[in-house]
Amino acid sequence: MGSTAHHDREGVGRRELIRRSAALGLVAVPGMSLLSACASSGGDGQSKAKAGKKTAKNPLGVNDTAKMEFVLFDGGFGKEYAQDAVKIYQKDFPKAQVKFSATQKIQSTLQPRFNQGNPPDLIDNSGAEQMDMGVLVGKNQLADLTPLLDAPSYDDPGKKVRDTLRPGIVEMGQFDGKPVWIMYYAYTVYGVWYSQKALDSLDAEYPKTWDEMLQVCAKAKKKGMAGWTYAGKYPYYIPFSLYPMIGKVGGVEVLNAIDNLEPNAWKHPAVKACFEAYYELFKKGYILKGTPGLDHIQSQTAWAKGEALFIPNGSWVENESANVIPKDFDLAVSAPSGIDDNDKMPFGTIWASGGEPFIVPSKAANPEGGMEQLRIMLSEASSKNFTSKVKSLSAYNGGTDGIELTPGLKSGVAALKLAGSNVVNPRLQDWYVQLEKEKIGVGALGEMMAGRLTPAEAIKKIQGYADEAAKDTTIKHYKHQ
Amino acid sequence: MQHGKYRFIVGFLAVPLGLYALFVVWPFIQSIYYSFTDWTGLSPEFKMVGFDNYKRMLHDDIFWKSLQHSLLFALVLPIVTISLALFFAFMINVGGRRRRGGPAITGVRGSSFYKIVYFFPQVLSIAIVALLFQFAYNPDSGAINSFLRGIGLGHVQPLWLGDPSLALWCVMAVLVWSTTGFFVVLFSAGMASIPGELYEAALIDGASRATTFFRITLPLLWDTVQSGWVYMGILALGAESFAVVQIMTTGPGGPDYSTTVLVLYVYQKAFRDGQAAYATTIGVALLVVTLAFAAIVMRLGRRERLEF
Repeated sequence: MGSTAHHDREGVGRRELIRRSAALGLVAVPGMSLLSACASSGGDGQSKAKAGKKTAKNPLGVNDTAKMEFVLFDGGFGKEYAQDAVKIYQKDFPKAQVKFSATQKIQSTLQPRFNQGNPPDLIDNSGAEQMDMGVLVGKNQLADLTPLLDAPSYDDPGKKVRDTLRPGIVEMGQFDGKPVWIMYYAYTVYGVWYSQKALDSLDAEYPKTWDEMLQVCAKAKKKGMAGWTYAGKYPYYIPFSLYPMIGKVGGVEVLNAIDNLEPNAWKHPAVKACFEAYYELFKKGYILKGTPGLDHIQSQTAWAKGEALFIPNGSWVENESANVIPKDFDLAVSAPSGIDDNDKMPFGTIWASGGEPFIVPSKAANPEGGMEQLRIMLSEASSKNFTSKVKSLSAYNGGTDGIELTPGLKSGVAALKLAGSNVVNPRLQDWYVQLEKEKIGVGALGEMMAGRLTPAEAIKKIQGYADEAAKDTTIKHYKHQ
Repeated sequence: MQHGKYRFIVGFLAVPLGLYALFVVWPFIQSIYYSFTDWTGLSPEFKMVGFDNYKRMLHDDIFWKSLQHSLLFALVLPIVTISLALFFAFMINVGGRRRRGGPAITGVRGSSFYKIVYFFPQVLSIAIVALLFQFAYNPDSGAINSFLRGIGLGHVQPLWLGDPSLALWCVMAVLVWSTTGFFVVLFSAGMASIPGELYEAALIDGASRATTFFRITLPLLWDTVQSGWVYMGILALGAESFAVVQIMTTGPGGPDYSTTVLVLYVYQKAFRDGQAAYATTIGVALLVVTLAFAAIVMRLGRRERLEF
């Protein structure tokens, strides 16, 4: 054996050199090379395809020889529905070359292309790697979809696309002012999800007021079943039933004030009443034990196994938990229970809104092609194809006749019918992602439902977060129109 | 030969150093540059904003919380991991009692088996480890709480990752579990090169195990321990801590910011909030912390080198 460090007086020792460079290399690793890939080597973008002639069959004036590129988020809905729609595009424009691809890594694939100025013509900007819509809009990266909305619909030339959509879809695509930047293709119903069979076994109906809710939970508890569970690790699932409840109790203005980040919006008595109602679920022990440590899948599994009766969720739960929901579960969704008969809006007031945001980049080479592809997807036939393949409603108003609906979907359609025009659409989760998920969701609601904050403390904390966001000049602010 | 030596070294190092400059140093410089802009990361346009991002960072509570957690990681993880690894390695290689007919210096019974077992976690990728522990920490049906129920502790059912006062420690435990094995192997290799006569001499002098460890093993292993320390600290500040926090924790980063770390915050700002410039600013802070950590460890660890 030699020595651990042989001191070579004649210069830099070999060992020393290796040791030093190794240390330097180690230091370098965690640093910031994360962002290095996105160098701003922005070119002048790509040349636009010349617009084609506008005709009755081609109202958007698509250049029938131009290439069209479509990138889809390959998530819970799969890609078949989009491929089917692409086939129709190819049939309509046989001379055009269509490049279709599906990926889960929307942002890693497309962020560099936005930076270089050559994005594709149509993108389903969805999933965990969704690119921030507010920033895309703020930086003028998106095309206004108004021409698409004002074009005649695919099925009926006498009807504009705009008039074939479900309530709230167009508004959701707007950020401030008239332009519509996003076309939400799926339609999600949020609310309280449960097993009709389990409810029947308790001799109960879905509770319309909070006293009834507590009674049902008490009954369930006697049978060894918890009243509620939720995605404890992602407490921003709680708003799916809490926000429409606030809307029902205090009126839609309360929700709008919250979205607009108005001072003291959260101090409204309706908010307090609803927070206290939810907190009571915790205090009375109606929440499944261990819930704050469960993620969405784990909580849905416990709920599907019958450990808990109710769960706040969206209509994707039917597909997502399909393998754990028993055959005879009889999945159903309801609008949230209110406080009592003095609520401002009737029972049935529900949160429903668009999902799967499709965008056409402003720097796309063939934006007309991208919009035309969307127009095709918003036809009755394509919408039916979507609904029957992925068990979700689409933005197209209708499109459920003549196809067999799953229990959850059927119940969703019924809930929408009951709601009529009483559909609310809170926007915090798409306007201010960090505020909604990390601060209000994890920082306050999750803490309150775990019993670590009282409703009053939670409200104070949330109001603080909202005031901070309102003052933050680094984020763009939006208002309900 | 002295004059040709450097040319010789440069000849060999030119290509690796060039790659290093291109893929490590240059991105660093770029990132520092971006931290003075308002780049969103979603469009090619941005303008210079001077020190705005840095001013904002100094008033950002979440940044300070992340920094606090990252520092705690860098402090606690190396101490725990390296102490455990040293203990295990010592027991495996030197800590055993003499068995009839065997060598004087040997590990505890079954040491070769332990060596393999300790190394197991190293074979799994950190993402898988994090997922596995996420299931174990499930308060409803996870392994840990089921075990507690099994031994009659049904009333002790912590929320683990759902409890702000436990979550950070849960995350650290996973990192300790997954990295200790590597250091056991590393230190074992180091210990194998310590001459047996030294131990025999100590034994004859009547030294206990503890004395042997502190007077012989540790001083002779000091170089390896020091490198291990730097490596572990960087791991705790960098990618590994990001992976476990991102995969396992509430939010991620919660509950109530109890587990957020600097790397996670960089990621969230750059890729969730579309504030790439601010993210690079936090990245610069992380760089400073990492460099400071390495410098402190190198300085504290400076010792007279022993020849043997």
